[in-house]
Amino acid sequence: MNVISNKWIGQRTIRPDGADKVTGRAAYSADTTMPGLIWGKVLRSPHAHARIRSIDTSKAEALPGVKAVVTAKDIVDFPLDKPVMLGIQDMRWMCRNVMAREKALFHGHPVAAVAATSERIAQEACRLIEVDYEVLPHVIEIEDALKPDAPILHDFIKFDGKPSNIAGKLEHKLGDVDAGFAEADVIVERSFTTRPVHQGYIEPHSCLVSVSGDGKATIWSSSQGQFMVRAMTSLLTGIPQSDIRAFPAEIGGGFGGKTIIYLEPLAVVLSKKSGRPVKMTMTREEVFRASGPTSGSMSTVKIGATKDGRIVAAKGVFYLQAGALPGSPIRGAAGCAFAPYNIPNVHSLGFDVVSNRSKVAAYRAPGAPIGAYAAECVMDELAEALKMDPLELRLRNAAKEGTKAAHGPVFPRIGYEETIRAAMEHPHYSAPLGPNQGRGVASGFWFNAGGESSAQVNITEDGNVVVTTGHPDIGGSRASIANITAELLGIDYRKVSVLIGDTATIGYSNLTGGSRVLFASAMVVTQSTEKVIKTLCERAAKIWKIDPEAVEWEDGEARPAGDNAGKFPALSLAELAARATETGGPIGAGVQANTTGAEGGFATHICDVEVDRELGIVRVLRYTSFQDVGRAVHPSYVEGQMQGGAAQGIGWALSEEYLYDKQGRVDNASFLDYRMPVCSDLPMLDTVMIEVPNPKHPQGVRGVGEVPLVPPLAAVANAVYAALGHRFDSLPMSPPKVLAALEPAEA
Amino acid sequence: MAKLHVSTTINGEPVEFLTEPGESMLDVLRGPLGLTGSKEGCGSGDCGACTITLDDRLVCSCLMLAAEAEGHEIRTIESMAEGETLHPLQQKFLEMAALQCGICTPGVLMAAKSLLERNPDPTETEVRFWLAGNLCRCTGYDKIVRAVLETAADMREAAR
Ligand code: FES
Ligand code: FES
Repeated sequence: MNVISNKWIGQRTIRPDGADKVTGRAAYSADTTMPGLIWGKVLRSPHAHARIRSIDTSKAEALPGVKAVVTAKDIVDFPLDKPVMLGIQDMRWMCRNVMAREKALFHGHPVAAVAATSERIAQEACRLIEVDYEVLPHVIEIEDALKPDAPILHDFIKFDGKPSNIAGKLEHKLGDVDAGFAEADVIVERSFTTRPVHQGYIEPHSCLVSVSGDGKATIWSSSQGQFMVRAMTSLLTGIPQSDIRAFPAEIGGGFGGKTIIYLEPLAVVLSKKSGRPVKMTMTREEVFRASGPTSGSMSTVKIGATKDGRIVAAKGVFYLQAGALPGSPIRGAAGCAFAPYNIPNVHSLGFDVVSNRSKVAAYRAPGAPIGAYAAECVMDELAEALKMDPLELRLRNAAKEGTKAAHGPVFPRIGYEETIRAAMEHPHYSAPLGPNQGRGVASGFWFNAGGESSAQVNITEDGNVVVTTGHPDIGGSRASIANITAELLGIDYRKVSVLIGDTATIGYSNLTGGSRVLFASAMVVTQSTEKVIKTLCERAAKIWKIDPEAVEWEDGEARPAGDNAGKFPALSLAELAARATETGGPIGAGVQANTTGAEGGFATHICDVEVDRELGIVRVLRYTSFQDVGRAVHPSYVEGQMQGGAAQGIGWALSEEYLYDKQGRVDNASFLDYRMPVCSDLPMLDTVMIEVPNPKHPQGVRGVGEVPLVPPLAAVANAVYAALGHRFDSLPMSPPKVLAALEPAEA
Repeated sequence: MAKLHVSTTINGEPVEFLTEPGESMLDVLRGPLGLTGSKEGCGSGDCGACTITLDDRLVCSCLMLAAEAEGHEIRTIESMAEGETLHPLQQKFLEMAALQCGICTPGVLMAAKSLLERNPDPTETEVRFWLAGNLCRCTGYDKIVRAVLETAADMREAAR
C-alpha cells in the first residue's frame, strides 16, 4: 500500500507520555503504592550449585511483623519430562528459575520469599530461614562446562546419549560447505569468545500485587508484556487468567530483560497467604545476580572466498551460555551471523550450554550480536587477505531481494545494499585518521517479528480520539501510533491520545520484543482506524440521506464524493461525534490479529577508535550507523533506537563483563564495577536512516529496535585492529587486556 | 529505634517528617512524602536516577541520610516546572526526544539544570563530564547532550 500523505508520519511530534516523564509524574512499577501494603523480600542461594535438602521457615514465620513465607512448594511444579511452552519460554525452566526446586543452580537463585510489615523485617526474616544445602561442584565457563569430567547441572539433559551440559542444538544448512570451501582461493578461520553482559536497564524489577478475598489478583509491574505477566503468573500460581489483571506500569528500560518475570508469582502467593497487598523490588545487586543477562559465547567462524571476492562458503559453530537452565539464543547467533550475505554454501551450528550462572534473558536481537561479532571480524580479515575494501567485499556479496538465507527465507525487497553504499559514500568513511587511530566497519541482521496485536480506536463525544493498544511502550511507540492515527484520520496529532491497556481492557497482545511493536500495532491500529472512517462516512451519509459509498473522508472531515453525490457542507469529526447518538451510537472499532510480514532489518556501522597505549583505554572517536528502517514513522525515536543500540554495543565490546570468583559468585554486581558506558565515554552517535519500505506493511514499517546492537561489537573490534594491528579474539577489549596485548610489542 | 524529627524545606515548602537514623533521603522522598519523581536505579550512588539538590548542590539522594535534611533546602524534579510551564530543559528534552524510557530523565534534568546554573555556556565535553554520573541505557546520550547544549544556547539568547 504505502499510500501516505505524510502530514504526520515522519514528523518529530511530542510524545504523548512525555510531559509526565520530564516532570517526574510518570508511574513506573516501583512508584505505585496501596493502603496496607507489606514488603516482600527474596532469600537467595549463597552457593553456585547445591542440593536443597530441606528448608525450615518456622523461625522466620514466628518473627513479629512477618505475614507470609513462600518456598518452591507454593509454586506450581512443571515436571521435567513434559515441556510446557509459553512463547519461547519453557515453564519447566521458568518455574525453577523463579524459585529453586531440587537444587540451587546459581549464586542468587531464589530459595524462599517473605512478606513482612517492613523491608527490614522481611530481610531479617530471610536470615532466619534455615536451608540445609549439600554444596556441589560448580561450573561457570563454557569451556569448563563442556569438559568430559565437568559437573553436570541436570541429570535429565543428555547429549549424544550421555548426561551433558549441552541442552540443545540448532543447525542451518544450505548447499554443500565442503564443496564450497574447495572452490575458495582464500579461507579465514578464527575463534572468538564473548562474555555475558547485562541488559542494564536502569529500573530494577519491581511489582505491586494485591490478591483480594475472592482470589482475584491485580498486578502492577513494569514488563515488556502485561499479557506475558498474566500468563506466566497464572501458570505458576494456578490462578486462571480471567482472575488476574495485569497493569503495565511505565517501563524504565527492558531491552529484552523484562520479557520474563521473576517477582510477580512470588508476590501473588505472598499476597494470597497474607491477605495484604505486597510490594517487591529487586536491589541492583539482585538485578545483576539473578536477572538477565545475555549469553557469553565461544565460537568459530570460517569463511572462504574466490580471488575476486565472491564468498563461496561459510561455516559457524556457536556455543552460547544459557545460564543454569536451558534456553540460550542460539537461533539468533547461528541464524543471523551470515544472513547479510548471499552465500551458496552455509553450515551454521548453535549449541545451548548450561552452567551455574543466572538464566539468560533476551537482550536486543538475542544472540545476533554474538554471531555477527565472529562473522564480521572474519569478513574484515578476509577483505584484508583479498586486499579489498571491507565495504566493497560486503557489497559484492550483499543479500538482496531473492537471496536465499541459510536460516530459511528468501528475502523480499530489503535495504542492506543501500546501507553499505550509504556508508561508502559518507564523509565519515574517508575522513583522515591520526596515529593510534583506526576505523572499522561491520554489518548486521535481525529477523524482526510480527505476532498477536490488539487495538481499539474510539472517537470521544467531543470529537477527539483515544487509541488503546496492548504492547508496553518502551521507547516511544505511543508517539508513532499518534502520528499514524492522525495521518489516517487527517487530524492534528494532538487530538489523539494513545494508551496502553491492561489485560482486562484490551485484547491479547504479544510481548514488546523482537522489534515487533510498531510493526504489529500499526497494522491493527490502521485497520481499526479504517473501520472508524468507514463508520464516520456512513454517519454522514445518514445525515445527508445519501449512499455511504458517495461519501469520502478527507482532511478530517466527511465530504460528498464528487458532484453526483449532492452538495452538502462537509461534516467534521467533532460534528459527527456530537451527532453519534442520533446516527447510530458510539463510534469506535477494534481489531485483533496475528500480524505477519515483518521483514528483516539490516544495518552497517562505521566506528573510529583511538587507543591510549599507556592506559590501554580504547576510546570511540566517531560512530555512524546506517540502517534500513523501512519507514521512520517518528524519526527521533528511530534515531534513538540506533544510538542506544550502538552505545550498548560499544559497552559490550569495550568494558562490560561479569566477573566470577572461585566460588562461582558474581564479583561485580554493581554499576560501579560492571562498567556500562557513561556520558563522557562516548562521542555523538551519528545516524543515517535509509527508508526501504516494507512492502508487507501499510506504512512500510520494519522493526528498528534490535538491529542497532548487531554490528557494533565487530565494528569496534575491527577498528581496534586497524589502530593496533592486533586482533583481539575475545571481548571486552578492556584496558588490562589491551595493555597485556601491547606489552610484548612495546617492550 | 527512636525516630528522628526533621524540619526541612522541600521544593520551597516547609516539610516535617520522622525518620529512622539509617533511612536515606530517597526513601523518605519516595515513601512518606510521596515524591516518586526521584528514581532508585542502584541505591549506591552509581546511577544518578535519584539526583536532587541540597542547598543547590547536586547529591544522590540514595546516599544522603534523611536526617541530614534538617535545616536545609531540598529540590527535586517535582519543582522543576513552574506550574504549567515546563523548564526550558524539560521542553527541549521533549522536542528533541532526549528520553526513551524516561527513568533516568528526572536525574539527568536535575543535573543538567545545575550545570547550566553554574555554566551557561558549557562545551560538549563539559556537558559529558558533568552528566557522567547519570547513567542512561536507552539513548546513548547523544540526544541528551544535544538537548542540553541547545537549551543553554536558547537560554543565553533569551537572557540577552
Ligand atoms: S539510586 Fe542513587 S545513584 Fe542510583
Ligand atoms: S531514557 Fe531510559 S535510561 Fe535514559
